[in-house]
This record gives sequence, C-alpha cells and structure tokens, in this order.
Amino acid sequence: MPDRISPEFAAAHWAKTRTLMWICLVLWAVFSFVIHMFVSALNGITFVGFPLGFYMAAQGSLVVFVVLIFWYSARQNAIDEEFGAAED
Amino acid sequence: MAAKGDFTDNLGRLYSIYAGGFAVFVIALWILEDFAGLPSKVILWAYVALTVLVYAYIGIMSRTSQVSEYYVAGRSVPAVYNGMATGAEMSGICFVGMAGSLYVLGYDGLAFVLGWTGGYVLVAVLLAPYLRKFGAYTVPDFLGTRYGGNLPRLLGIIVLFAASFTYLTAQIYASGIIASRFLGIDFQIAVFAGLAGILVCSMLGGMRAVTWTQVAQYIILITAYLLPAIWMSTVKTGVPIPQIMYGSILGDIATMEQALGVATKDFHSLPFDGNGLWSIEARDFFFLIFCLMVGTASLPHILMRFFTTPTVREARKSVGWSLFFIFLLYFTAPAYAAFAKFNVMDMFVQAGGVLAYDQIPAWMYRWGNIGGNTLISICGAPVTDQAAVMAACGADKAAGFGFSDLSLGKDMIMLSTPEIAGMPWFVIGLVGAGGFAAALSTADGLVLAIANALSHDIYYKMIDPNADTKRRLFIAKTILLLVALLAAYTASKQPSDILSMVAWAFSLAAAGLFAPLVLGVWDARTTRQGAIWGIILGFGVTLYYLVGNVYGFDLAKGTGDELNWFDVKSISAGIFGIPISFIVTYVVSRVTPAPSREMQDFVLRLRAPKGGQLMEQTH
Repeated sequence: MPDRISPEFAAAHWAKTRTLMWICLVLWAVFSFVIHMFVSALNGITFVGFPLGFYMAAQGSLVVFVVLIFWYSARQNAIDEEFGAAED
Repeated sequence: MAAKGDFTDNLGRLYSIYAGGFAVFVIALWILEDFAGLPSKVILWAYVALTVLVYAYIGIMSRTSQVSEYYVAGRSVPAVYNGMATGAEMSGICFVGMAGSLYVLGYDGLAFVLGWTGGYVLVAVLLAPYLRKFGAYTVPDFLGTRYGGNLPRLLGIIVLFAASFTYLTAQIYASGIIASRFLGIDFQIAVFAGLAGILVCSMLGGMRAVTWTQVAQYIILITAYLLPAIWMSTVKTGVPIPQIMYGSILGDIATMEQALGVATKDFHSLPFDGNGLWSIEARDFFFLIFCLMVGTASLPHILMRFFTTPTVREARKSVGWSLFFIFLLYFTAPAYAAFAKFNVMDMFVQAGGVLAYDQIPAWMYRWGNIGGNTLISICGAPVTDQAAVMAACGADKAAGFGFSDLSLGKDMIMLSTPEIAGMPWFVIGLVGAGGFAAALSTADGLVLAIANALSHDIYYKMIDPNADTKRRLFIAKTILLLVALLAAYTASKQPSDILSMVAWAFSLAAAGLFAPLVLGVWDARTTRQGAIWGIILGFGVTLYYLVGNVYGFDLAKGTGDELNWFDVKSISAGIFGIPISFIVTYVVSRVTPAPSREMQDFVLRLRAPKGGQLMEQTH
C-alpha cells in the first residue's frame, strides 16, 4: 500500500482544502471584527435580556468559533477521505 | 507498556472517580463548616494540601524514561482530554485577572475574551493538523527542519524564550499571591510553594505528567470558577445559569449607573468609551483582538499541545474541544464581572449613594494592601485605615464617598468576590484552589515549552546529536529544574512590570513565529532566507516598538523619549510586526532560489494526513 496519493489527487485535494481554509478565515474575520463594528446598532436590539452588540462580543462570537472548528474538522475529514488522503 | 494502555483505556472511569472524590471532599468541608464549625484556616489549608498532593501523585505515577513520552506524552492523548489540558493551559491568564478586567473595562474588556478564543480557529485551520503530521517535538524543531540549518531553529528559540519567560514568571508570581493570601504565609515562601507545585507536575514525567495533571487541574478550576457565579445568579435572580441571567443584571447596572452619577464614558455596556467606530478607542479594541488571536496561534506552549494526539484527525477535533473547554471559562467571566459589579453598586445604592467612612466594609481593609501592592483605593488612598481615606477624600466629602471614588484592582475581584458576597469558607477556599490550579497548569505548560526547546533543540540537535536516551532525559529534566528556579527567583523579586509583560508575550510570539509557521505549510516556495529575515524583522520591529514605547531609549519609564507610532499601545505592538514578517518572508522567498526538490516534496507530504508522521519517533 503506497503511503502517499498521486500528484493529480494531491493537487485536487489541496485545492479543496484551500477553499475550505478561506471560507473558515472569512467567517473568522466576520465574527472577530466585522460584526463588532456594528455594535452600537446591534445594541438597539434586545436578545434574551442582553443588548445584542454586547452579547455578540461576550458570547455569540465565541459560540460561532466553537461550532466553526468542529464543522471545519468534519469537512476536512470528508475532503481527505474523498481523495484517499485520510489516515489509514 | 501494558500499564499505559490500561491507563488511556480507563481515562473516563479514572477521572470520573477523581471528580466524584473531589465533590465528596467539597461537600464534606461544607458539612464540617456548617455543623462542626471547622475553622476557616483549616478549610483553606485542606484545599491547597489535598489538591497539591493529588497533582504530585499524578506527576509521580506519570514519570517516564522514554523520550517520546517525555516530549509528546507518547502521542496517545485523546482529543477531549487534550482539549481539557489546553483549557487548563489557557486558564492562567483568565482565572485571576479576567473578571476583574471586565469589571473595570466593561464592553472594551471583551477584546480579551474575543482575542483569547478566536485564535483557536487559526490554530485549527492553519497549523495544528500540519504540525501534527510533521511529528516534531517542539515548535523550533519544525522551523529547523522546514528551513534547514541551525539559524532558523535558533531564531525560533529566541522568540519562544522572549515570549514565554516573562509569561512564566507572571504565572509563578500569581501562584505566590494566591498561596500567600489564602494560606497566610509570607509571599517569598509562597512563591517557592508554587515552584514546588510546578516541579512535581512536570519534572519526572514531562509532557505526559503535565497533560494528566492539567486535566485534573481543569476539573478543579472550572468548578471553582462556575460555583460562585452560579451562587450569585441564584441569590439574585433565582435561576442558576449566570451566563444567561446576567443580561438583566446589565440593565440593573445601567439604571444604578444613572442613580450613582457614573460618568457616561465609564458605563459598563458602552462600547469604545462612548466614542464612535472611527475613534482611537475603537481601533485599539480591534488591534488588541487581532494581536491576541494571532499570538494564541503562535505561542509554542499552546501549539505543542496538539503534538500529543494519536492522529491528524484527532488533532483537528482536539482544537475544537480545546476551545469548548476554554469557552466554558471565558463566557462565564463577563457574567462574573456583572454580578460582582452589581453587588458593589448595590451596596452604594442601599446606602443612599454615599457610604460613610465608618461603614467601610471589612473586606476592603483585608484586600486593601497585599504584599506591598495596593489593590483597593478610595479617593486615591490605599484602604488601610479610616483616617487616611477621610484625609484623601477631603472636607467636601465629609459625609462619605461615592461609587466613583472607589477603585478596585482588577487582580483582586475574582478572588475576593466570594468574600464580598458573603459566601461560606468552603466556597472561598475552592476559589483559592481553582486559582492555584490555573496558575500552576499554565506555568507547567510554559516551563515545559522553554525547557524542551533548550534540551531538545539546543542540546540534542545542536550540541550532542549522539546523546543516548538516558542522557537526553537527564539533561531535559535538569534544564527544566533550572528554568523553573530562575523564573521563581525572578518572581520573588516582585518586578513591578511583570503583569503587563504577559500581554506582550502574545504580540512577540505573533510577530516572530506566525508567518514562518503558516507560510512554511501553505506556501511551498517559502525559503530559508525568507523565513530568517521574516523572523528577524517582524520580531525585531515589534520588540523595538515595545521597549521603545514603554521605556524609551534610556530604558527608564516616563522620561519623555518614548517612541509613539500612531498612538498604538504596547500591548498591540504585534500590529506592526505581523504584517512585516508576512511581507518580508514572502518577498525574500520570491527573490531567493526556490527550496530544494526534496523540501518542496516534504511540504506536499505535510498536507495530506495519509502515510504517518514525517519525523521518526526516535529522532
């Protein structure tokens, strides 16, 4: 059993991996920075007793980060398996 | 090896027994305190003695004579447990100071909450799986292999040392403060109690021992963090979920801020001190988030946690679990701060807005001044005696002082709140044990990261590549002892700036290590020269600005020769170095000859999990 995949498969695997990486980084940037730029507007909305802008910085973004990493991890595993690049 | 298999197979059962045993211990103290009137001093000593004994037991049971066990826990740590250990590793900066920072800063303090959590997305997506696939023992090990030769390795060690040593000193300092406050012993002695706590966890078993003690420490510290918050939430709102219930408390705080005449810019929930999105305050908020996030993804003691999982797949999942366990702590901190602030404000509201001088509560005197540090002041005077406070407030405040005259140090709020809220000693002692666990677990990770870089990268890779296992482990353990002693000695001197230096660690690591690590994986064209110049210039500019901004060229504070670029704060100094290191690494790599075919092939293999790790276990 070869311990590596063919160059064509490797290139396709890496292209998909890279796309996933950029998607994750965009989501990361949105919930790290962009959404908090609208904090004053969001504070006009009340969410379970919180001003929404405050809530996003204190909890909302954190929940998104946790979910994002588990989602990424599942997606990347699927990509690895699709191209036979997963661990045996 | 059979014993090890038994241990990892039974992790769930062993740690359940441990957690159950700890719960029984807490309940027993509760009963003894309530019905037998157990003295507070006995309760506090019992907490520290029992927990340190447990850590020592785990540390001794995990002793090892195998190199891979010592450096990477035999790469056998399941994702969830590695997550708990990482959670413990990130707790040191949060446990003592975070709720206090949020109490003082309100919304603007949430930059710390965001900064120290979001960085894990970068760890998961950009680095952890690839570093695991590579199979190094240390972060400089990766730089040395990917870029070839000793210079990249040495630069990596310099950045690691600059970022981690002050951070380690601050953790030992914190453990000393906690031990001296809760055990009532002298600070100088308490520091060496902290040192002993660190050594029993790390010296005999390296990463293996640190991992399993950190899991045990996480269980204690999360209980200690949640219990007082749940307590306050139940007392105030009747619902034991502080993280949700403090929404309405924020409303109460806003009402009381109006009633007590708090200046608008100090309102708790108000972003950027009331300035708009284009203000310096808002810019600082975002710069800080960015530097802390990138720093989290660059600090070697965090990255090396993901070297210990059995597979690449587990490494990815483990980052998720790490952030989950960190999240439990960090999303409670703002709730803790809000309830603590509510309690203090309410005291003033009940008193009609001003508190008379003979009404100063006893806890303010107890926490007013500890080991020469002023933690509570009224009208700018340390709360040590009533006459001094009255003199400082002056004749126009003869009737008493208001909420705005009271200043609480951010490092006392978490530890003192249970006392302020009148909780029983078994809770107060638990918080002390939790704070001690948090400081120890972070210090363990840091001391190991520093000592491993010195013993593996400098001694083994540069000085004596022929050393046998026995000698390598002897050297590793000796260096660990020396690093810990040096840090404890520095902490016992109480350098005044040590706490502010912790936040610098993130900027220094980010500017020095992030670009060469990320580009080393994601850009096969990155060359040795590119990485070398990227580290030197990125780290150099950040260090130059940090020292220049804080001390100036004469290395003395406040002499007027301090650097100031665009009013950027020293804590965000990485904002200059991070882009510089990326640009320099990229550009220099493009103008120097491409890496060898073997190296480009090596990078390609790094990217697919298949085929086992690239470095041999015995390297």
